[in-house]
Amino acid sequence: MTSSAAALSMPRAGARRQHPLVARLAPIVTVVAALIVVWYIAAVLMNLSLVRGGFEREEAPYTTAELIAGTMDAERPLLPAPHQVVVAFVDGVFGYAPNAPRSLVYHSAVTLSATLLGFVLGALLGIALALLIVHSRVLERSLLPWIICSQMVPILALAPIFIVVLGAIGLQGLLPKSIISAYLSFFPITIGMVKGFNAPEPMQLDLMRTWSATPRQVLSKLRWPTATPYLFASLKVAITISLIGAIVAELPTGAEAGIGARLLAGSYYGQTVQIWAALVAAAVLASGLIGLVGLAERLVARRMGTRA
Amino acid sequence: MNIVADATTAVSSSTRRLAVDVSNVSLTFDTADGKVEALSDVSLQIADGEFVSFIGPSGCGKTTMLRVIADLQQPTSGSLTVNGMTAEQARLSRAYGYVFQAPALFPWRTIEANLKLPLEIMGYSEGEQKVLAARYLALVNLTGFERKFPWQLSGGMQQRVSIARALSFDPALLLMDEPFGALDEIVRDHLNEQLLKLWDKTRKTVLFVTHSIPEAVFLSTKIVVMSPRPGRITDIINCNFPRDRTLEIRETPEFIAIAQRVRTGLRAGQSYDE
Repeated sequence: MTSSAAALSMPRAGARRQHPLVARLAPIVTVVAALIVVWYIAAVLMNLSLVRGGFEREEAPYTTAELIAGTMDAERPLLPAPHQVVVAFVDGVFGYAPNAPRSLVYHSAVTLSATLLGFVLGALLGIALALLIVHSRVLERSLLPWIICSQMVPILALAPIFIVVLGAIGLQGLLPKSIISAYLSFFPITIGMVKGFNAPEPMQLDLMRTWSATPRQVLSKLRWPTATPYLFASLKVAITISLIGAIVAELPTGAEAGIGARLLAGSYYGQTVQIWAALVAAAVLASGLIGLVGLAERLVARRMGTRA
Repeated sequence: MNIVADATTAVSSSTRRLAVDVSNVSLTFDTADGKVEALSDVSLQIADGEFVSFIGPSGCGKTTMLRVIADLQQPTSGSLTVNGMTAEQARLSRAYGYVFQAPALFPWRTIEANLKLPLEIMGYSEGEQKVLAARYLALVNLTGFERKFPWQLSGGMQQRVSIARALSFDPALLLMDEPFGALDEIVRDHLNEQLLKLWDKTRKTVLFVTHSIPEAVFLSTKIVVMSPRPGRITDIINCNFPRDRTLEIRETPEFIAIAQRVRTGLRAGQSYDE
Protein backbone atom coordinates (compact mmCIF):
# COMPACT_ATOMS: atom_id res chain seq x y z
CA MET A 1 0.00 0.00 0.00
CA THR A 2 2.68 2.44 1.03
CA SER A 3 4.66 1.96 -2.12
CA SER A 4 1.62 2.49 -4.30
CA ALA A 5 0.85 5.67 -2.38
CA ALA A 6 4.45 6.78 -2.90
CA ALA A 7 4.13 6.11 -6.61
CA LEU A 8 0.92 8.08 -6.83
CA SER A 9 2.37 11.08 -5.02
CA MET A 10 5.44 11.13 -7.25
CA PRO A 11 4.37 13.72 -9.83
CA ARG A 12 4.34 16.30 -7.03
CA ALA A 13 7.67 15.23 -5.58
CA GLY A 14 9.79 16.61 -8.40
CA ALA A 15 13.18 15.63 -6.96
CA ARG A 16 12.11 11.99 -6.59
CA ARG A 17 10.79 11.82 -10.11
CA GLN A 18 14.27 12.66 -11.44
CA HIS A 19 15.81 9.50 -10.06
CA PRO A 20 15.92 6.95 -12.92
CA LEU A 21 15.67 3.91 -10.68
CA VAL A 22 12.54 5.22 -9.00
CA ALA A 23 11.06 6.17 -12.36
CA ARG A 24 11.72 2.69 -13.69
CA LEU A 25 10.62 0.66 -10.69
CA ALA A 26 7.62 2.71 -9.59
CA PRO A 27 5.18 1.38 -12.23
CA ILE A 28 6.20 -2.23 -11.57
CA VAL A 29 5.95 -1.84 -7.80
CA THR A 30 2.56 -0.17 -8.15
CA VAL A 31 1.15 -2.99 -10.23
CA VAL A 32 2.57 -5.69 -7.95
CA ALA A 33 1.20 -3.92 -4.88
CA ALA A 34 -2.22 -3.61 -6.49
CA LEU A 35 -2.18 -7.30 -7.41
CA ILE A 36 -1.26 -8.31 -3.86
CA VAL A 37 -4.08 -6.23 -2.47
CA VAL A 38 -6.55 -7.80 -4.87
CA TRP A 39 -5.16 -11.24 -4.01
CA TYR A 40 -5.65 -10.69 -0.27
CA ILE A 41 -9.21 -9.51 -0.81
CA ALA A 42 -9.93 -12.52 -3.00
CA ALA A 43 -8.36 -14.86 -0.41
CA VAL A 44 -10.56 -13.44 2.33
CA LEU A 45 -13.72 -13.70 0.23
CA MET A 46 -13.03 -17.19 -1.08
CA ASN A 47 -11.97 -18.73 2.22
CA LEU A 48 -14.61 -17.00 4.31
CA SER A 49 -17.28 -19.70 4.26
CA LEU A 50 -14.66 -22.39 4.82
CA VAL A 51 -13.32 -20.73 7.96
CA ARG A 52 -16.77 -19.76 9.20
CA GLY A 53 -17.84 -23.40 8.79
CA GLY A 54 -14.87 -24.50 10.87
CA PHE A 55 -15.74 -22.12 13.71
CA GLU A 56 -19.40 -23.15 13.62
CA ARG A 57 -18.57 -26.87 13.75
CA GLU A 58 -16.59 -26.27 16.92
CA GLU A 59 -19.44 -24.07 18.21
CA ALA A 60 -16.85 -21.59 19.41
CA PRO A 61 -17.60 -17.88 19.54
CA TYR A 62 -15.60 -15.87 17.04
CA THR A 63 -15.09 -12.24 16.09
CA THR A 64 -14.86 -10.81 12.58
CA ALA A 65 -11.16 -10.15 13.13
CA GLU A 66 -10.59 -13.79 14.03
CA LEU A 67 -12.58 -14.81 10.99
CA ILE A 68 -10.48 -12.68 8.67
CA ALA A 69 -7.26 -13.78 10.31
CA GLY A 70 -8.44 -17.36 9.82
CA THR A 71 -8.92 -16.88 6.08
CA MET A 72 -5.26 -16.01 5.74
CA ASP A 73 -4.02 -18.84 7.84
CA ALA A 74 -6.05 -21.88 6.78
CA GLU A 75 -4.22 -25.13 6.26
CA ARG A 76 -6.03 -26.05 3.05
CA PRO A 77 -7.54 -22.80 1.82
CA LEU A 78 -9.39 -22.50 -1.48
CA LEU A 79 -7.05 -19.63 -2.27
CA PRO A 80 -3.95 -19.30 -0.11
CA ALA A 81 -2.95 -15.79 0.90
CA PRO A 82 0.23 -14.41 -0.74
CA HIS A 83 2.32 -14.71 2.41
CA GLN A 84 1.39 -18.41 2.75
CA VAL A 85 2.59 -19.03 -0.79
CA VAL A 86 5.77 -17.09 -0.16
CA VAL A 87 6.47 -19.02 3.03
CA ALA A 88 5.82 -22.36 1.30
CA PHE A 89 7.97 -21.33 -1.67
CA VAL A 90 10.87 -20.13 0.47
CA ASP A 91 10.57 -23.24 2.62
CA GLY A 92 10.50 -25.46 -0.47
CA VAL A 93 13.57 -23.77 -1.94
CA PHE A 94 15.73 -23.27 1.16
CA GLY A 95 14.18 -25.59 3.74
CA TYR A 96 15.48 -28.85 2.35
CA ALA A 97 18.62 -30.27 0.83
CA PRO A 98 18.55 -29.67 -2.95
CA ASN A 99 18.09 -33.38 -3.62
CA ALA A 100 15.39 -34.01 -1.01
CA PRO A 101 12.02 -35.13 -2.42
CA ARG A 102 10.30 -32.17 -0.76
CA SER A 103 12.71 -29.61 -2.15
CA LEU A 104 11.37 -27.34 -4.88
CA VAL A 105 14.91 -27.00 -6.19
CA TYR A 106 14.97 -30.74 -6.82
CA HIS A 107 11.63 -30.74 -8.64
CA SER A 108 12.52 -27.64 -10.62
CA ALA A 109 15.79 -29.21 -11.71
CA VAL A 110 13.96 -32.32 -12.95
CA THR A 111 11.50 -30.22 -14.97
CA LEU A 112 14.25 -27.88 -16.13
CA SER A 113 16.33 -30.69 -17.61
CA ALA A 114 13.34 -31.97 -19.59
CA THR A 115 12.52 -28.39 -20.64
CA LEU A 116 16.00 -27.63 -21.89
CA LEU A 117 16.38 -30.90 -23.79
CA GLY A 118 12.91 -30.41 -25.29
CA PHE A 119 13.74 -26.81 -26.17
CA VAL A 120 16.93 -27.80 -27.97
CA LEU A 121 15.18 -30.60 -29.84
CA GLY A 122 12.26 -28.31 -30.69
CA ALA A 123 14.55 -25.51 -31.87
CA LEU A 124 16.52 -27.87 -34.12
CA LEU A 125 13.37 -29.43 -35.53
CA GLY A 126 11.72 -26.02 -35.96
CA ILE A 127 14.68 -24.54 -37.82
CA ALA A 128 15.10 -27.65 -39.98
CA LEU A 129 11.44 -27.56 -41.00
CA ALA A 130 11.65 -23.84 -41.74
CA LEU A 131 14.67 -24.44 -43.98
CA LEU A 132 12.84 -27.16 -45.89
CA ILE A 133 9.77 -24.99 -46.29
CA VAL A 134 11.72 -21.95 -47.46
CA HIS A 135 13.69 -23.90 -50.04
CA SER A 136 10.89 -25.90 -51.59
CA ARG A 137 7.45 -24.80 -52.62
CA VAL A 138 6.34 -28.44 -52.76
CA LEU A 139 7.41 -29.01 -49.17
CA GLU A 140 5.73 -25.77 -48.12
CA ARG A 141 2.43 -27.01 -49.53
CA SER A 142 2.80 -30.52 -48.15
CA LEU A 143 4.34 -29.84 -44.74
CA LEU A 144 2.71 -26.65 -43.51
CA PRO A 145 -0.86 -27.98 -43.15
CA TRP A 146 0.42 -30.92 -41.08
CA ILE A 147 2.51 -28.65 -38.92
CA ILE A 148 -0.53 -26.51 -38.19
CA CYS A 149 -2.72 -29.59 -37.59
CA SER A 150 -0.18 -30.93 -35.12
CA GLN A 151 -0.84 -27.96 -32.88
CA MET A 152 -4.63 -28.32 -32.97
CA VAL A 153 -4.67 -31.55 -30.99
CA PRO A 154 -4.70 -30.83 -27.25
CA ILE A 155 -1.36 -31.87 -25.82
CA LEU A 156 -3.11 -33.17 -22.71
CA ALA A 157 -4.75 -35.80 -24.92
CA LEU A 158 -1.58 -36.59 -26.82
CA ALA A 159 0.83 -36.76 -23.90
CA PRO A 160 -0.35 -40.13 -22.48
CA ILE A 161 -0.25 -41.67 -25.96
CA PHE A 162 3.30 -40.44 -26.45
CA ILE A 163 4.34 -41.78 -23.07
CA VAL A 164 2.79 -45.18 -23.67
CA VAL A 165 4.17 -45.55 -27.20
CA LEU A 166 7.61 -44.35 -26.25
CA GLY A 167 7.54 -46.53 -23.12
CA ALA A 168 6.74 -49.56 -25.30
CA ILE A 169 9.94 -49.01 -27.27
CA GLY A 170 11.90 -48.66 -24.09
CA LEU A 171 12.11 -44.90 -23.71
CA GLN A 172 11.42 -43.66 -20.21
CA GLY A 173 12.17 -40.76 -17.94
CA LEU A 174 13.67 -37.63 -19.40
CA LEU A 175 13.35 -38.29 -23.13
CA PRO A 176 9.56 -38.81 -23.46
CA LYS A 177 8.97 -35.60 -21.51
CA SER A 178 11.43 -33.74 -23.71
CA ILE A 179 9.77 -35.06 -26.85
CA ILE A 180 6.40 -33.74 -25.71
CA SER A 181 8.06 -30.46 -24.84
CA ALA A 182 9.72 -30.34 -28.28
CA TYR A 183 6.44 -31.23 -29.96
CA LEU A 184 4.99 -27.99 -28.60
CA SER A 185 7.99 -25.73 -28.92
CA PHE A 186 9.05 -26.41 -32.52
CA PHE A 187 5.92 -24.73 -33.85
CA PRO A 188 6.57 -21.05 -33.06
CA ILE A 189 10.15 -21.52 -34.24
CA THR A 190 9.10 -22.96 -37.59
CA ILE A 191 6.57 -20.19 -38.16
CA GLY A 192 8.98 -17.47 -37.03
CA MET A 193 11.92 -18.78 -39.04
CA VAL A 194 9.93 -19.25 -42.25
CA LYS A 195 9.09 -15.58 -41.93
CA GLY A 196 12.68 -14.72 -41.00
CA PHE A 197 14.34 -16.68 -43.81
CA ASN A 198 12.02 -14.92 -46.26
CA ALA A 199 12.72 -11.49 -44.77
CA PRO A 200 15.69 -10.36 -46.93
CA GLU A 201 14.85 -7.49 -49.25
CA PRO A 202 14.52 -8.36 -52.96
CA MET A 203 17.43 -5.99 -53.63
CA GLN A 204 19.69 -7.95 -51.28
CA LEU A 205 18.70 -11.20 -52.97
CA ASP A 206 19.37 -9.63 -56.38
CA LEU A 207 22.81 -8.55 -55.16
CA MET A 208 23.64 -12.10 -54.11
CA ARG A 209 22.56 -13.22 -57.57
CA THR A 210 24.77 -10.66 -59.31
CA TRP A 211 27.67 -12.14 -57.35
CA SER A 212 26.58 -15.66 -58.39
CA ALA A 213 26.32 -16.74 -54.78
CA THR A 214 25.43 -20.39 -54.18
CA PRO A 215 22.19 -21.17 -52.30
CA ARG A 216 24.29 -22.12 -49.30
CA GLN A 217 26.07 -18.76 -49.35
CA VAL A 218 22.73 -16.97 -49.64
CA LEU A 219 21.59 -18.90 -46.59
CA SER A 220 24.64 -18.31 -44.43
CA LYS A 221 25.43 -14.73 -45.43
CA LEU A 222 21.97 -13.30 -45.97
CA ARG A 223 19.01 -15.39 -44.83
CA TRP A 224 20.47 -16.44 -41.46
CA PRO A 225 21.51 -12.96 -40.31
CA THR A 226 18.21 -11.48 -41.50
CA ALA A 227 16.29 -14.16 -39.61
CA THR A 228 18.16 -13.63 -36.32
CA PRO A 229 15.66 -11.18 -34.74
CA TYR A 230 12.84 -13.55 -35.73
CA LEU A 231 14.79 -16.43 -34.22
CA PHE A 232 15.02 -14.79 -30.81
CA ALA A 233 11.39 -13.71 -30.83
CA SER A 234 10.32 -17.30 -31.49
CA LEU A 235 12.86 -18.74 -29.04
CA LYS A 236 11.31 -16.65 -26.27
CA VAL A 237 7.87 -18.06 -27.05
CA ALA A 238 9.28 -21.54 -27.51
CA ILE A 239 11.15 -21.74 -24.23
CA THR A 240 8.06 -20.97 -22.13
CA ILE A 241 6.07 -23.47 -24.18
CA SER A 242 8.84 -26.01 -23.61
CA LEU A 243 8.40 -25.54 -19.88
CA ILE A 244 4.64 -25.96 -20.13
CA GLY A 245 5.18 -29.07 -22.27
CA ALA A 246 7.53 -30.58 -19.71
CA ILE A 247 5.09 -29.89 -16.86
CA VAL A 248 2.12 -31.26 -18.80
CA ALA A 249 4.15 -34.36 -19.68
CA GLU A 250 4.66 -35.01 -15.97
CA LEU A 251 0.92 -35.04 -15.25
CA PRO A 252 -0.37 -38.19 -17.00
CA THR A 253 2.71 -40.28 -16.29
CA GLY A 254 2.38 -40.19 -12.56
CA ALA A 255 5.90 -38.87 -12.46
CA GLU A 256 7.42 -38.86 -9.02
CA ALA A 257 9.49 -35.78 -9.52
CA GLY A 258 9.10 -32.48 -11.28
CA ILE A 259 6.93 -29.42 -10.95
CA GLY A 260 4.09 -31.27 -12.67
CA ALA A 261 4.36 -34.07 -10.11
CA ARG A 262 4.20 -31.49 -7.30
CA LEU A 263 1.06 -29.96 -8.84
CA LEU A 264 -0.54 -33.37 -9.20
CA ALA A 265 0.32 -34.49 -5.66
CA GLY A 266 -0.92 -31.16 -4.30
CA SER A 267 -4.27 -31.55 -6.02
CA TYR A 268 -4.64 -35.19 -4.82
CA TYR A 269 -4.27 -34.18 -1.21
CA GLY A 270 -5.92 -30.75 -1.43
CA GLN A 271 -2.59 -29.07 -0.63
CA THR A 272 -3.41 -25.78 -2.31
CA VAL A 273 -0.44 -24.02 -0.76
CA GLN A 274 1.87 -26.64 -2.25
CA ILE A 275 0.24 -26.20 -5.67
CA TRP A 276 0.72 -22.45 -5.53
CA ALA A 277 4.30 -22.78 -4.40
CA ALA A 278 4.96 -25.09 -7.36
CA LEU A 279 3.28 -22.58 -9.66
CA VAL A 280 5.52 -19.83 -8.33
CA ALA A 281 8.52 -22.08 -8.95
CA ALA A 282 7.34 -22.60 -12.54
CA ALA A 283 6.91 -18.84 -12.98
CA VAL A 284 10.38 -18.12 -11.59
CA LEU A 285 11.83 -20.77 -13.88
CA ALA A 286 10.02 -19.34 -16.91
CA SER A 287 11.16 -15.78 -16.22
CA GLY A 288 14.71 -16.98 -15.72
CA LEU A 289 14.66 -18.86 -19.03
CA ILE A 290 13.20 -15.91 -20.93
CA GLY A 291 15.77 -13.69 -19.26
CA LEU A 292 18.55 -15.95 -20.53
CA VAL A 293 17.19 -15.91 -24.08
CA GLY A 294 16.87 -12.13 -23.83
CA LEU A 295 20.46 -11.87 -22.65
CA ALA A 296 21.67 -14.00 -25.56
CA GLU A 297 19.60 -11.81 -27.89
CA ARG A 298 21.24 -8.64 -26.58
CA LEU A 299 24.73 -10.11 -26.92
CA VAL A 300 24.08 -11.20 -30.50
CA ALA A 301 22.43 -7.87 -31.35
CA ARG A 302 25.48 -6.02 -30.09
CA ARG A 303 27.77 -8.17 -32.23
CA MET A 304 25.55 -7.50 -35.22
CA GLY A 305 25.80 -3.75 -34.71
CA THR A 306 22.11 -3.24 -34.08
CA ARG A 307 21.29 0.39 -33.42
CA ALA A 308 20.85 0.78 -29.68
CA MET B 1 21.73 3.60 -87.18
CA ASN B 2 25.36 2.77 -86.80
CA ILE B 3 25.96 3.45 -83.16
CA VAL B 4 29.36 1.85 -82.90
CA ALA B 5 30.77 4.10 -85.59
CA ASP B 6 29.26 7.08 -83.79
CA ALA B 7 30.74 6.08 -80.53
CA THR B 8 34.23 5.76 -81.87
CA THR B 9 34.31 9.48 -82.55
CA ALA B 10 34.55 9.91 -78.80
CA VAL B 11 37.56 7.66 -78.44
CA SER B 12 39.77 7.03 -81.46
CA SER B 13 40.28 3.26 -81.95
CA SER B 14 37.84 1.72 -84.43
CA THR B 15 38.38 -1.90 -83.45
CA ARG B 16 37.03 -1.63 -79.93
CA ARG B 17 35.44 -4.62 -78.31
CA LEU B 18 31.72 -4.43 -77.62
CA ALA B 19 30.95 -4.44 -73.91
CA VAL B 20 27.26 -4.96 -74.50
CA ASP B 21 25.51 -6.01 -77.68
CA VAL B 22 21.73 -6.13 -77.50
CA SER B 23 19.81 -7.13 -80.59
CA ASN B 24 16.04 -7.20 -81.01
CA VAL B 25 15.36 -7.89 -77.36
CA SER B 26 11.76 -7.91 -76.18
CA LEU B 27 10.43 -8.65 -72.73
CA THR B 28 6.77 -9.05 -71.88
CA PHE B 29 5.50 -9.29 -68.31
CA ASP B 30 2.34 -11.20 -67.52
CA THR B 31 0.56 -9.14 -64.91
CA ALA B 32 -2.91 -9.30 -63.42
CA ASP B 33 -3.98 -6.54 -65.83
CA GLY B 34 -2.75 -8.42 -68.88
CA LYS B 35 0.52 -8.33 -70.76
CA VAL B 36 2.90 -5.43 -70.34
CA GLU B 37 5.59 -4.89 -72.93
CA ALA B 38 8.49 -3.69 -70.85
CA LEU B 39 10.92 -3.86 -73.76
CA SER B 40 9.92 -3.96 -77.39
CA ASP B 41 12.47 -4.94 -80.02
CA VAL B 42 15.36 -3.05 -78.48
CA SER B 43 18.79 -3.05 -80.11
CA LEU B 44 21.83 -1.32 -78.68
CA GLN B 45 25.58 -1.62 -78.86
CA ILE B 46 27.90 -0.28 -76.23
CA ALA B 47 31.65 -0.15 -76.75
CA ASP B 48 34.18 -0.84 -74.06
CA GLY B 49 34.91 2.10 -71.78
CA GLU B 50 31.80 4.10 -72.56
CA PHE B 51 29.57 5.83 -70.05
CA VAL B 52 26.03 5.24 -71.22
CA SER B 53 23.01 6.80 -69.57
CA PHE B 54 19.49 5.50 -69.95
CA ILE B 55 16.88 8.17 -69.49
CA GLY B 56 13.12 8.11 -69.77
CA PRO B 57 9.91 8.34 -67.79
CA SER B 58 8.82 5.60 -65.39
CA GLY B 59 7.81 2.40 -67.12
CA CYS B 60 10.00 2.98 -70.18
CA GLY B 61 11.97 -0.18 -69.44
CA LYS B 62 15.31 1.41 -68.56
CA THR B 63 15.64 -0.54 -65.33
CA THR B 64 14.40 -3.70 -67.07
CA MET B 65 17.08 -3.13 -69.71
CA LEU B 66 19.76 -3.08 -67.02
CA ARG B 67 18.29 -6.14 -65.32
CA VAL B 68 18.25 -8.07 -68.59
CA ILE B 69 21.91 -7.22 -69.17
CA ALA B 70 22.64 -8.33 -65.60
CA ASP B 71 20.75 -11.62 -66.13
CA LEU B 72 18.40 -10.72 -63.30
CA GLN B 73 15.62 -11.03 -65.86
CA GLN B 74 15.40 -13.07 -69.04
CA PRO B 75 14.19 -11.56 -72.31
CA THR B 76 11.14 -13.07 -73.98
CA SER B 77 12.85 -12.88 -77.37
CA GLY B 78 16.00 -11.51 -78.97
CA SER B 79 19.61 -12.03 -77.99
CA LEU B 80 22.32 -10.21 -76.17
CA THR B 81 25.97 -10.61 -75.32
CA VAL B 82 27.86 -9.07 -72.45
CA ASN B 83 31.64 -9.01 -72.89
CA GLY B 84 31.15 -11.43 -75.74
CA MET B 85 29.32 -13.95 -73.54
CA THR B 86 25.68 -14.66 -72.89
CA ALA B 87 24.21 -12.65 -70.04
CA GLU B 88 24.21 -15.73 -67.80
CA GLN B 89 27.83 -16.59 -68.54
CA ALA B 90 28.74 -12.97 -67.91
CA ARG B 91 26.99 -13.04 -64.55
CA LEU B 92 28.64 -16.33 -63.60
CA SER B 93 32.05 -14.96 -64.59
CA ARG B 94 31.36 -11.87 -62.47
CA ALA B 95 31.64 -9.51 -65.40
CA TYR B 96 29.71 -6.68 -63.80
CA GLY B 97 29.04 -4.90 -60.54
CA TYR B 98 25.51 -3.68 -59.88
CA VAL B 99 24.50 -0.61 -57.88
CA PHE B 100 20.84 -0.33 -56.94
CA GLN B 101 18.64 2.67 -56.14
CA ALA B 102 19.20 2.03 -52.44
CA PRO B 103 22.63 1.21 -51.00
CA ALA B 104 21.29 -2.21 -49.88
CA LEU B 105 24.15 -2.61 -47.42
CA PHE B 106 23.87 -5.50 -44.99
CA PRO B 107 23.06 -3.77 -41.69
CA TRP B 108 24.71 -6.41 -39.49
CA ARG B 109 28.06 -6.01 -41.25
CA THR B 110 30.55 -3.23 -40.72
CA ILE B 111 31.46 -1.09 -43.73
CA GLU B 112 34.60 -3.14 -44.24
CA ALA B 113 32.70 -6.42 -43.92
CA ASN B 114 30.13 -5.14 -46.41
CA LEU B 115 32.91 -4.47 -48.91
CA LYS B 116 34.35 -7.91 -48.29
CA LEU B 117 31.03 -9.70 -48.83
CA PRO B 118 31.28 -10.19 -52.61
CA LEU B 119 34.96 -11.09 -52.20
CA GLU B 120 34.07 -13.70 -49.55
CA ILE B 121 31.47 -15.16 -51.86
CA MET B 122 33.91 -15.26 -54.75
CA GLY B 123 36.51 -17.05 -52.66
CA TYR B 124 39.19 -14.37 -52.33
CA SER B 125 41.70 -15.07 -49.57
CA GLU B 126 41.44 -13.22 -46.26
CA GLY B 127 44.51 -11.13 -47.11
CA GLU B 128 43.24 -10.15 -50.56
CA GLN B 129 39.88 -9.21 -49.07
CA LYS B 130 41.53 -6.84 -46.64
CA VAL B 131 43.72 -5.20 -49.28
CA LEU B 132 40.88 -4.79 -51.79
CA ALA B 133 38.44 -3.47 -49.19
CA ALA B 134 40.97 -0.84 -48.12
CA ARG B 135 41.79 0.09 -51.72
CA TYR B 136 38.19 0.60 -52.82
CA LEU B 137 37.17 2.33 -49.63
CA ALA B 138 39.97 4.79 -50.35
CA LEU B 139 38.73 5.14 -53.92
CA VAL B 140 35.39 6.47 -52.69
CA ASN B 141 37.10 8.58 -49.99
CA LEU B 142 35.79 6.60 -47.03
CA THR B 143 39.03 5.46 -45.43
CA GLY B 144 38.58 5.45 -41.66
CA PHE B 145 34.99 4.22 -41.72
CA GLU B 146 35.92 0.51 -41.78
CA ARG B 147 34.55 -0.28 -38.32
CA LYS B 148 31.34 1.74 -38.63
CA PHE B 149 27.98 0.13 -39.23
CA PRO B 150 25.86 1.30 -42.17
CA TRP B 151 23.34 3.20 -40.02
CA GLN B 152 26.17 5.38 -38.75
CA LEU B 153 26.78 6.76 -42.28
CA SER B 154 24.75 9.30 -44.28
CA GLY B 155 22.76 8.19 -47.34
CA GLY B 156 25.39 9.56 -49.72
CA MET B 157 28.21 7.81 -47.90
CA GLN B 158 26.25 4.55 -47.89
CA GLN B 159 25.75 4.80 -51.64
CA ARG B 160 29.49 5.38 -52.07
CA VAL B 161 30.12 2.20 -50.08
CA SER B 162 27.77 0.33 -52.38
CA ILE B 163 29.69 1.69 -55.41
CA ALA B 164 32.97 0.59 -53.85
CA ARG B 165 31.42 -2.81 -53.19
CA ALA B 166 30.35 -3.12 -56.83
CA LEU B 167 33.89 -2.26 -57.98
CA SER B 168 35.76 -4.31 -55.38
CA PHE B 169 36.10 -7.46 -57.49
CA ASP B 170 37.19 -5.42 -60.53
CA PRO B 171 34.37 -6.20 -62.96
CA ALA B 172 34.60 -4.85 -66.50
CA LEU B 173 31.13 -3.32 -66.31
CA LEU B 174 29.42 -1.15 -63.74
CA LEU B 175 25.62 -1.22 -63.92
CA MET B 176 23.98 1.58 -61.95
CA ASP B 177 20.23 1.83 -61.50
CA GLU B 178 19.38 5.37 -60.40
CA PRO B 179 22.09 5.22 -57.75
CA PHE B 180 21.67 8.85 -56.68
CA GLY B 181 17.90 9.06 -57.06
CA ALA B 182 17.23 9.21 -53.35
CA LEU B 183 19.87 11.85 -52.60
CA ASP B 184 19.54 15.63 -52.50
CA GLU B 185 20.85 17.88 -55.29
CA ILE B 186 24.04 18.97 -53.54
CA VAL B 187 25.14 15.45 -52.61
CA ARG B 188 24.15 14.26 -56.05
CA ASP B 189 26.34 16.88 -57.82
CA HIS B 190 29.23 15.94 -55.61
CA LEU B 191 28.81 12.22 -56.26
CA ASN B 192 28.44 12.83 -60.01
CA GLU B 193 31.83 14.48 -60.04
CA GLN B 194 33.33 11.68 -57.98
CA LEU B 195 31.77 9.09 -60.24
CA LEU B 196 33.31 10.72 -63.31
CA LYS B 197 36.74 10.70 -61.68
CA LEU B 198 36.23 7.07 -60.75
CA TRP B 199 35.24 6.22 -64.32
CA ASP B 200 38.30 8.05 -65.62
CA LYS B 201 40.56 6.25 -63.17
CA THR B 202 39.17 2.74 -63.54
CA ARG B 203 38.28 2.82 -67.27
CA LYS B 204 35.18 0.76 -66.66
CA THR B 205 32.19 0.65 -68.94
CA VAL B 206 29.33 2.26 -67.05
CA LEU B 207 25.62 1.79 -67.73
CA PHE B 208 23.69 4.37 -65.77
CA VAL B 209 19.93 4.67 -65.38
CA THR B 210 18.61 8.08 -64.39
CA HIS B 211 15.59 10.37 -64.35
CA SER B 212 17.64 13.53 -64.50
CA ILE B 213 18.54 15.19 -67.81
CA PRO B 214 21.45 17.28 -66.44
CA GLU B 215 22.88 14.21 -64.73
CA ALA B 216 22.68 12.19 -67.95
CA VAL B 217 24.26 14.89 -70.08
CA PHE B 218 26.95 15.66 -67.55
CA LEU B 219 28.06 12.07 -67.06
CA SER B 220 27.67 10.32 -70.35
CA THR B 221 29.50 9.64 -73.55
CA LYS B 222 26.21 8.39 -74.89
CA ILE B 223 22.61 9.00 -73.84
CA VAL B 224 19.90 6.47 -74.62
CA VAL B 225 16.45 8.07 -74.57
CA MET B 226 13.62 5.65 -73.93
CA SER B 227 9.85 5.89 -73.89
CA PRO B 228 7.12 3.73 -72.37
CA ARG B 229 4.22 1.57 -73.58
CA PRO B 230 5.90 -0.30 -75.11
CA GLY B 231 9.38 0.29 -73.69
CA ARG B 232 11.63 1.26 -76.58
CA ILE B 233 14.63 3.39 -77.55
CA THR B 234 13.61 6.64 -79.24
CA ASP B 235 16.97 8.37 -79.56
CA ILE B 236 20.67 7.77 -78.96
CA ILE B 237 22.72 10.92 -78.46
CA ASN B 238 26.49 11.12 -78.38
CA CYS B 239 27.98 13.46 -75.93
CA ASN B 240 31.62 14.21 -76.46
CA PHE B 241 32.74 16.30 -73.54
CA PRO B 242 36.28 15.54 -72.36
CA ARG B 243 36.64 12.81 -69.77
CA ASP B 244 37.85 15.25 -67.13
CA ARG B 245 34.80 17.49 -67.40
CA THR B 246 33.71 19.63 -64.46
CA LEU B 247 30.31 20.80 -63.28
CA GLU B 248 30.95 24.15 -65.04
CA ILE B 249 30.31 22.60 -68.45
CA ARG B 250 26.65 22.61 -67.56
CA GLU B 251 26.56 26.32 -68.45
CA THR B 252 28.04 25.84 -71.93
CA PRO B 253 25.88 26.10 -75.10
CA GLU B 254 26.92 22.58 -76.14
CA PHE B 255 25.62 21.17 -72.89
CA ILE B 256 22.36 23.08 -73.17
CA ALA B 257 21.92 21.96 -76.78
CA ILE B 258 22.32 18.30 -75.86
CA ALA B 259 19.99 18.68 -72.88
CA GLN B 260 17.48 20.28 -75.24
CA ARG B 261 17.75 17.33 -77.62
CA VAL B 262 17.22 14.86 -74.78
CA ARG B 263 14.18 16.81 -73.64
CA THR B 264 12.77 16.79 -77.17
CA GLY B 265 13.38 13.06 -77.40
CA LEU B 266 11.59 12.47 -74.13
CA ARG B 267 8.66 14.61 -75.25
CA ALA B 268 8.39 12.82 -78.59
CA GLY B 269 8.16 9.49 -76.82
CA GLN B 270 5.36 10.66 -74.57
CA SER B 271 1.85 9.72 -75.55
CA TYR B 272 -0.52 12.51 -74.60
CA ASP B 273 -3.69 10.69 -75.48
CA GLU B 274 -4.31 9.22 -72.03
